[in-house]
Amino acid sequence: MYVAVKGGERAIENAHAWLAEERRGDPNVPELGVAQIREQMTLAVNRVMAEGSLFDPDLAALAIKQARGDLIEAIFLIRAYRTTLPRFGASRPVETAAMDCDRRISATFKDLPGGQILGPTFDYTHRLLDFKLAAEGDVQPAPERAADPAPLPHVTEFLNREDLIEAAPPCDTPPPDLTRDPLEMPADRALRLQALSRADEGFSLGLAYSTQRGYARNHAFVGELRIGTVAVEMDIPELGFAIEIGEISLTECETVNQFTGSKSEPAKFTRGYGLVFGQSERKAISMALVDRALRWQELGEDYEGAPAQDAEFVLYHADNIQATGFLEHIKLPHYVDFQSELELVRKLRREAGADRTNEAAE
Amino acid sequence: MQDQAPDNTPRQAWMGLLARAAEGRVSALLDAALPRPSFDWLRPPETGSVMVRGRAGGTGAPFNLGEMTVTRCALRLACGTVGHAYVQGRRKSDAEAAALVDALMQTGAATRLRSEVLDVLRSEAQARRATRADKAAATKVDFFTMVRGED
Repeated sequence: MYVAVKGGERAIENAHAWLAEERRGDPNVPELGVAQIREQMTLAVNRVMAEGSLFDPDLAALAIKQARGDLIEAIFLIRAYRTTLPRFGASRPVETAAMDCDRRISATFKDLPGGQILGPTFDYTHRLLDFKLAAEGDVQPAPERAADPAPLPHVTEFLNREDLIEAAPPCDTPPPDLTRDPLEMPADRALRLQALSRADEGFSLGLAYSTQRGYARNHAFVGELRIGTVAVEMDIPELGFAIEIGEISLTECETVNQFTGSKSEPAKFTRGYGLVFGQSERKAISMALVDRALRWQELGEDYEGAPAQDAEFVLYHADNIQATGFLEHIKLPHYVDFQSELELVRKLRREAGADRTNEAAE
Repeated sequence: MQDQAPDNTPRQAWMGLLARAAEGRVSALLDAALPRPSFDWLRPPETGSVMVRGRAGGTGAPFNLGEMTVTRCALRLACGTVGHAYVQGRRKSDAEAAALVDALMQTGAATRLRSEVLDVLRSEAQARRATRADKAAATKVDFFTMVRGED
């Protein structure tokens, strides 16, 4: 526990004033606009939206500016803002099969209908610093080619047709919501997916990597990764019908994992699923791997004691705002706590010292 | 949509267009088309959130993905026609303009607004979409098979 301590108001005020000045940096350098952050730091904006769990690029950009680029601090600001908003309702589940794809690749099928669309990717870049970017310059518009208007079906659909992969049959059970009810174990898959979608990217990446290195065996292929925009539809009670209330960018990853099978059931591939706000590819793949690892029980696999299989461990430590809140609070005044510990240690030492003196005397 | 049959009425279509329009665009087009009529608020603009849902595996059980900001309002024209708006983001003046267009589309002004507001919004949205789709198409991989040397 920590105890309220009076005093320090002026120090705090001055610290905040200095923070504002430091945030601005050298006044001879032009100030960053929120629109500049939104348009040019897009992937940071996307991460703040995904982990802040609120899709609003302008707010996320503002939060990044206010947080001096500390993304977890920015996510904290978004989470705090989110709690002030009245909830109008829930959307219909988004149709990712109808996504307008900027990117859509499969690591399992070379010649899939609709093709491999690379999109604006860092893949195949040489990861060499581009010093041309240090100078300002105009960018040429990217080349265009007449798009095929045919829909881009999900890769799992092809495997489904041959019954080679577990199905994901639609249902309409209202999902639990961890922003309304505290996260409790056991967590069903819907709750796990919600927690994973807003989980810390670094934590998710580390856990996903651990599954690849053998801590939970679920050898994964990226069956499909797609990035693009989908329409969001909501039923409006006062109108009596559904309307599109906007469109959001999403990254979806479907993994095709090692098969299960038994005497009664023929062998089938299993699946992991990742869906994240914005262009957040690393996070979406990580989410799919962790989702798959957490499904060991329903797929009849052994619990191997791997961290990524332990739902309680994963879900209770994946939220960076909870984690940072608890971690950072220990820097706040704990004078009374510490005073009592100090007293205890002194007492123990006195007693030990006295005992030694007594032993010496005997 | 997949579980419910899409009930595609013209009103749903225009409300969707108005919801996704870029900031300030609906106001600009509306004001260029005609003077704004007087109205009473039934629900003044308010910003809130909508929980966006996805489905496990893209097709399975729904789960809560995260929220998005939405601004909504409802108003009544002097003739009694009611207009509603739900627009993406925190945009109160855009919500007002969208609700006005929604109401006016149910009046004699509909023809004019369809051509001067909705058709423009639709073609702008289609152009934006087509440009991105064409850029994506330009990054589509054309595989070719290397011929092996030996016969």
